[in-house]
Formats: sequence, structure tokens, C-alpha cells
Amino acid sequence: MAEERDGVSRRQFLKGVSASALGAAALARAGLPALRAEDGAGGTTGIERIPASGGKLDLTLNGKAVSLACEPRTTLLDLLRQRLGVTGAKDVCDRGACGACTVIVDGKPVVSCMLLAHDCSGKKVETIEGIGSPESPHALQREFARCDALQCGFCTPGMVMSLKALLDRERTPSVEAIKGAVSGNICRCGTYPRVFEAAQSAARSIGGGK
Amino acid sequence: MSEEKLVLGFEGHTVEKTVKLPEGEPRPWDLTSKLEVVGKHHPRVDGLLKATGKARYTHDVRLPGMLWGVLLRSPHGAARVKSVDLTKALASPGVKAAFSLEKSEVRFHGDEVAALCAETLDQAREAVRAIKVDYEVVPCVVDATDARKEDAPRVFAKRENILTSPMSQKRGDPAAALSSADKVVKATYRTQVQTHSALETHGVVARWEDDGSLTCYASTQGTFSVRDGLTAQKLWKLKASECRVIAEHVGGGFGAKFGPGVEGVAAARLAKEAKAPVWLMVDRKGEHLSCGNRPDSVQEMQGGITTDWKLTVLTVSSYGTGGVAAGAGVYNPGDYYKVPNVEKREESVFTNAGGARAFRAPGHPQGCFALEQMVDELADAIGMDPLEVRLKNDPSVVRQEEWKIGAERIGWKEKRNKTPGRGAGGDGAPPRPYAGTVLRGVGCAAARWGGHGGPGATVLVKVDEDGSVEVRSGAQDIGTGTRTVLAAIVAEELGLEGPEAVKVFLGDTRDPVGPGSGGSRTASSIAPAARSAAAQVKDAFWAALKKALMKVADSPEGQMKGGKVLLDLNSGPKWIPFAEAVKKTGKKGFQASADRQDNYKGAGFHEQGVAGCQFAEVEVDLETGKIRVLRVVAVQDMGTIVDALTAESQVIGAVIQGVSYALFEERIMDRRSGRMLNADFLHYKIAAPADCPEIVPILFPVAAGMNNVGLLGLGEPPTIPTAAAIANAFANATGVRLREIPMTPARVLAALEGSAKPKKEWR
Ligand code: FES
Ligand code: FES
Repeated sequence: MAEERDGVSRRQFLKGVSASALGAAALARAGLPALRAEDGAGGTTGIERIPASGGKLDLTLNGKAVSLACEPRTTLLDLLRQRLGVTGAKDVCDRGACGACTVIVDGKPVVSCMLLAHDCSGKKVETIEGIGSPESPHALQREFARCDALQCGFCTPGMVMSLKALLDRERTPSVEAIKGAVSGNICRCGTYPRVFEAAQSAARSIGGGK
Repeated sequence: MSEEKLVLGFEGHTVEKTVKLPEGEPRPWDLTSKLEVVGKHHPRVDGLLKATGKARYTHDVRLPGMLWGVLLRSPHGAARVKSVDLTKALASPGVKAAFSLEKSEVRFHGDEVAALCAETLDQAREAVRAIKVDYEVVPCVVDATDARKEDAPRVFAKRENILTSPMSQKRGDPAAALSSADKVVKATYRTQVQTHSALETHGVVARWEDDGSLTCYASTQGTFSVRDGLTAQKLWKLKASECRVIAEHVGGGFGAKFGPGVEGVAAARLAKEAKAPVWLMVDRKGEHLSCGNRPDSVQEMQGGITTDWKLTVLTVSSYGTGGVAAGAGVYNPGDYYKVPNVEKREESVFTNAGGARAFRAPGHPQGCFALEQMVDELADAIGMDPLEVRLKNDPSVVRQEEWKIGAERIGWKEKRNKTPGRGAGGDGAPPRPYAGTVLRGVGCAAARWGGHGGPGATVLVKVDEDGSVEVRSGAQDIGTGTRTVLAAIVAEELGLEGPEAVKVFLGDTRDPVGPGSGGSRTASSIAPAARSAAAQVKDAFWAALKKALMKVADSPEGQMKGGKVLLDLNSGPKWIPFAEAVKKTGKKGFQASADRQDNYKGAGFHEQGVAGCQFAEVEVDLETGKIRVLRVVAVQDMGTIVDALTAESQVIGAVIQGVSYALFEERIMDRRSGRMLNADFLHYKIAAPADCPEIVPILFPVAAGMNNVGLLGLGEPPTIPTAAAIANAFANATGVRLREIPMTPARVLAALEGSAKPKKEWR
């Protein structure tokens, strides 16, 4: 990528291209729930042209309205980490291959490195910071700590957000569903068995299920 | 000096040893110690911080006015650098500083050429593409076998590609033993290059302070190693005291994160030139290319065994490549079993690839993969159960016990496939056609390691007037649980409720010196110092209580428990909270620091290092060639278990990394261009949740007694035997040896095809 001179820079390529259309396509390629362009602020055509120098972007981040000028090439992950200083979601592969950057957009888990910020226009973005704090953690966060479902912790925010999206949708998920929810989350330290355990016990405490 | 008699070892095998203790040293924990906190399951003290996204890693550091740095890397396997033109880059939007590393040649894909920083990361990434480098591409060689050839391009003009390692081992008369053994097996084993792939990449955020000092946030396994590397630079004059390195949380480190690295020095230099803080974290591709790897290996091995199950001889001749770095050796094969005749030769071969760095038990998983398959092959040759052969030849009393525990737990007797390769229909016929055929088998392998730790660490323990307790060390926690281990030890010594009652400050070179996290020695080095310091604080506190005319027992022994202290008040004896007791002393607080002492000479139980073993059960789909690891039982000794929960996590994680090494990971290089073809996480495959077997970690506590805690290294040993155990299980399932990792479906199918010599009656 950009560290090297050869090849085409993805960002340069994206710069100045219609953000909405391309973002949706990139998502579809990544096998993610595509956020359709029509859902955005783009109007009836579903295509909005944003100048390379940037365009206004409004979204809700962890319940607070955010409004700023943003270049079309900026991914949601870069917006969060580099512009807004919201660093819970991690930049690990920048290619949709590890899940460390997972956040929830309008209820769906997405890898934020593969989503253009402008495609979140008008949407609700939820990050690890928004679901709990050390003083009042979300059940998943509490159980991750209790079961030691983390070591270095770098993959953890992504794991937790993938599972949060699952628990929001299914109160008593099966172990298979839990494994499915984190199937795209890589952990180099090797925490998987305890992630499954923490998720089950969080589900039990929230849903009172099995 | 005082003398203490210790009871060491484990239940069923105890030894008494008398040790001479240095002045002020608390009595070492042994089998007679009654511990309240140590040895239990404690959630890690920074768990919630991490689970809520509040833990700040170097990647997350954001300083006012901070610029973003990027490195330019060579796209070629080998080239002369004729010129580097920064003009256009410097004129690009937002760019604040840029420099060339002034290299006359680049030796591998990813070799660093130049660096720059800009106001945004996108600007920096864009500007780096405007740097014009004039390369003259020259032939390169990326494969160890190719690089050993007479006419291979030289990686370093003035050096041979082949480096003979001094790490060789020889004992007895291997040649004679080979000719006198009842059975001899010859085989060649191959392992691949693996990259560390910590999720947080290497990098630093550097800021020059107004007083001319340098502050560096670093993703590192050695805060002090980063400081040393930075102060050694000729680019500036910087004393150790003028350079502060901070690593509050580290997103994984498996051996490659020592020293500032090219990226760290570049960040500091950019920050100096731009007069602003600079963030420079390597991106994923750069991490794969240039930030370390485990060398590959080709190991030609011979082994001999007698019909009464004695291993008599092992020889290995190995080579491998660490790219532009040396160190592609494998461990000494003669260290595991009682083998009287051993010979080892090894070569490290230079190639045009990123340099190898220490990787979780350097040399060991490679060597174990060969050795432990060889042991199985020798057992096969005499028709013996490979576990029995191990029990016969293993000198470790600890592992003797572990083999039995592990075998029991995996169900060795029942699960061992009596007719390898013949499972279809239970008719004893080989499974052809393959369609729908799945075979199962079990295998085992051993691990050994040192990790005793040693001097070079100081720990500070402080009790404030309000009774709050903190412990400080400049060493780092890379995710292993060092924070929790320290907290548990101090809590134990001061009779506090648990680790959460102690605040731990790690990863700042302003705090007392600590070791780098390599060789599984962080905790084993600093834990005894923490205990000594806490014991001193305890004594001072007790003396102060007495001085304040409180009626207390003579010694604090047994008088501080569960966060309470036993005082004899007017109303009679009463347990009062620790904080209240501190108040009663009328003191402003207590503090003490202690140095890590040498391990007591000749006193430890573990003269041979820690012992571990693993059992794997696998399922092989003969149609697709896919291996599924169903279960791994990992029995591991670590001396004293301080926190069982994080210790188990270490074992689980090491096994998963072992599974990943055995089945998936492999750096793939293009021979012509010298480029790494899979420098990302899409094509460099790491074990994912779906690949994870059931893992049963069994900690085997041993009172080791070589220092006051007796903790031994745990980070590395449990990753050593996994691949070998899986390979042995594969052979038990299929009757076919796969002597090469990763065991991809393609290799599995090729091995099955190659060995399929169906007899007529089955056709
Ligand atoms: S950083 Fe987004 S998936 Fe890896
Ligand atoms: S805990 Fe380190 S990567 Fe998952």
C-alpha cells in the first residue's frame, strides 16, 4: 500500500469518486451487509457527488451528533481514529481481513476500514466506547474481563462489537451463532475459546437464556 | 545470610533442599507455604480497560500538533539505489519533513528507503509516492536451497550466503551408534517461514520536549531496549536520563519487538526536523516484510533405536534462512531425551528477504517438529507405542508425570488409531475411493524451556497514607498478564484481598529498570523483586505499628489476611481493614524497592528447565485434504502458578499459534522479483475462530525454589510441541507421514497420493 511506491493507491483511486456508489460496491465485495446508497443522504438517485476536497458529513456517534467536513476517500475507521480521536476500534489490516475495526452501523456489525465515512451519512455509529465503561461495563465487556477472553487486548474491541451486534439481535444465541458472529475476527494471542465462553455467559446474563 | 529448608517438587515427588538466603530475602515459597492469593484464578487487572477500548496502545496515542509518518520501502528484492529525489514529496500538501535513509543498496522487498511526515496520514501516504527513487535492479535470491548454490547471487557482496552456526552439539559416537542400532530411520523435515503478525504493528510516537529530552511511546517488548537504541544514535546527543520510553499497553509481542527499529529512529528524526510530535506505525504490509519472522528449516535427520526401546542416536543436519539476518538454527535435539550419541550441524543462509527475529521459542517449534516425528517414526520401526518409547527415554521427572496426565485426558488408549489409514467401512482396507472418508488419530510431543529469569530488575512497592498500594516497574506487559502477576504477589505478601487491591504501573522507563520480554523471563525476573520489596514494606509497616504503641504480634506472619490486620485493641483482638491500620501508624506511607537477586545456586528443583507435553487429536478428510484439529491437551509446568487464569490463557494462546503454524501460515516469496506475495491478512492465513480446536490447558505446579517466588517462564514452551503433536496425530490417522508444514490440503492430498500403493486385492 502507501508505504511502497509501486501499485495503485486505493485511497488515491477513491479520491474524488462518488463515495456512496463505490462504498456500497466495496462492501458488497467484502461480503458485508451492503449499506445501500439510497439509505444515505444522497437523495433519490442514490448517488451523491462529493468533491475531493471534502464534503459535509453528519452522523450520530455513540448517541452524539457529529458534523464535519470529510474527504470522500476517508474510511469510517480513519475518521474515527485519525479525525475524531476515537481509538477503540483498531486499524490492524486495513483490508477487511481481521475484524479489529468492527463497529456497529445502524445495528449491523461492519468492518469500518472497508466503509467510507460518507456512507455513514445520517446513520448511527456505535463503537466500543459507546457501549460501556470500566465503571459500568456492558455485560460482554464484563464477561470478557472475567473469563480472560483477552490477552494483549488489541482484537478485543472488534470481538466485543461483533458479539454485541449478535446479542442485540438474538438474546439467546447458540454457540454456533456466537462462533459465526466472530468468524471474521482474528486474534493473534489466541483467545478464541474464552471469547466463546465470555459471549455465552454474557448472553445468559442479558437474556436469561440457556 | 540465613538458611532455610525448603520442600520442593510436586506431590508424589518432593525433595528437601537447604538454601542460603541473601540478606532481607523473604522465605521462598515452597510446598509448605499456605498461599491465599497466589495460585488462584484472577481476572487480569487491566481486563476491563481493554474490553472497554480505554486501554491506550501506541497506535492510539494522539498528541497535540502530532504529525503522521510513513516509510518508503523497496519494491524490489535487490537493487542499487542510484538516487532518491525528495523534491516533489516535500512540496506535497501537508508534508513537514522528509529524508532519505541514504542506502546505496536495498536487500529485500520492504527494505526501508526514506521517511516523511505530514499533517494527515492520507497526505503522508500520498506524498511518499511522490518520492522518486532510481533503482538498478539486480538479481536476488529468496530461497535457502537456491542461495546455497555456488552461482547464487550474493546477498551481501562481501560475505558468503552460508553461515555455519556455532550452535552445534556433539556427544558420543554417532557414526558407530548408527551402525549398531537395531533400527535406523532417515528422514528430512521441512518447516516454513512464519511472520510474527502481532495485531499491533511496530512503531512509535516521538516527541521532543522543550528541555531537549525525547519522549517515545513505543509498541515494544523492551522499553529499556528502545531507550538504549535511541540514545545510541549518532543523529543526536541524548543521555539515558533524557530519553523516556512509554509502553502502557502493547498489542502483542512474540519476540520481534525490541529496540526502536528503523521506524522508531525515523519517527524521532522526523519529529526533530518537523519540530512536532510524530506518529509512525508500520502498516500491515511493512510488518510482514520487514518486522521479523521465524526462519524456515530443512532438517535431515537420522535416528537409531534398540529393540528394547532405547533411543541411542540422533543426528541432524539443518539449514534455513533468516533472510538478511542470521539465526536460522534449530534447537539441540539431544536436550529432550536421554540419547547418548548426538550430532548436530546447522547452517544459516542469507537470502533477500526481511530479517528473522526471535519468535516465541526461537528454533524450538522447528526442531521439535522434526525430533518428535522422528521419535514416532523410530517407535513405528520397532512396532512400539510412541508414548511408551517416550516414557522409557524421558529423563524429566516432571514430564514423566505430565505424559500420564495428558494421555489420560486425551484418551490415548481408546483414541489411538490401531489401523492407521484404514478406516473406511472398518474392513481394514485402505480408504479408497476417498469420497466421504474421514480418519481420526492422536499424537503427542514434548516441550522444554528455561525461563528462570534473573537479575537486572528492580521493583518499587509503595503504600500511601490512605492505605492504597502500588507497584512500579519500567518493564512492560505485552499481554501475558505481567501486571496481574505483580499485583497478586504484592497482594499475597501484604495480605490484601487480591490483585485488584494493588495498582500496577508498568511500561515507563522513569520507573525502576526491568527486563525485556524475551525468553519468557519478564515475570520470572521481576516477580521475586516485587515480593522482596513488598516484604520490606510489610516489615516497615509492622515496625511502625509497634512504634505507634499498637499491641500486635511480634512478627506480621499470619497477622495480615484478606485485606485485614489483626490488632489487639482495648476491646480485644480485632481484624481491622489494612487502610485503617496504616492510618494508625501515623506515617505518611511506606515504600521500598528491591533488586532481583541471582537465583540461589544449586537450589532449584528445575535443573533441566521447564517441562511440558501436548496431545492432539485430529480428523483428516481424505477427499478434501483438510485437517481439523479436534482437541489439544496441553500439560505445562511453570514452577509456581501465580495467576492460574492468565497462565491458562497463555497456554491456550500458544497452542492456537501452534495450530496456525502447523496448518496455515507461510510466507510466500516470488523467486524472480523477490517479492513477498502474501503480505497481508487475506493471503497470509492465521488460525481464525472456526479453526480453533477444543483446548484443555492443564497447569502442572512445581515448587521450584530457585528464588523467593519460584515462577518460571510460560510464554514460550507451550507453543513448541503443537505442530509436532498434530503431525504425529495425522500419521496415526492416515498411516502417512507429512514431514512438511504447513499441512495444507494440497500437501495432504499429495502425501496421500504419493503413499497410496494400493494392493491388488483392494482394487
Ligand atoms: S482493520 Fe478492518 S478488518 Fe482489519
Ligand atoms: S488478545 Fe491479542 S490479538 Fe487478541
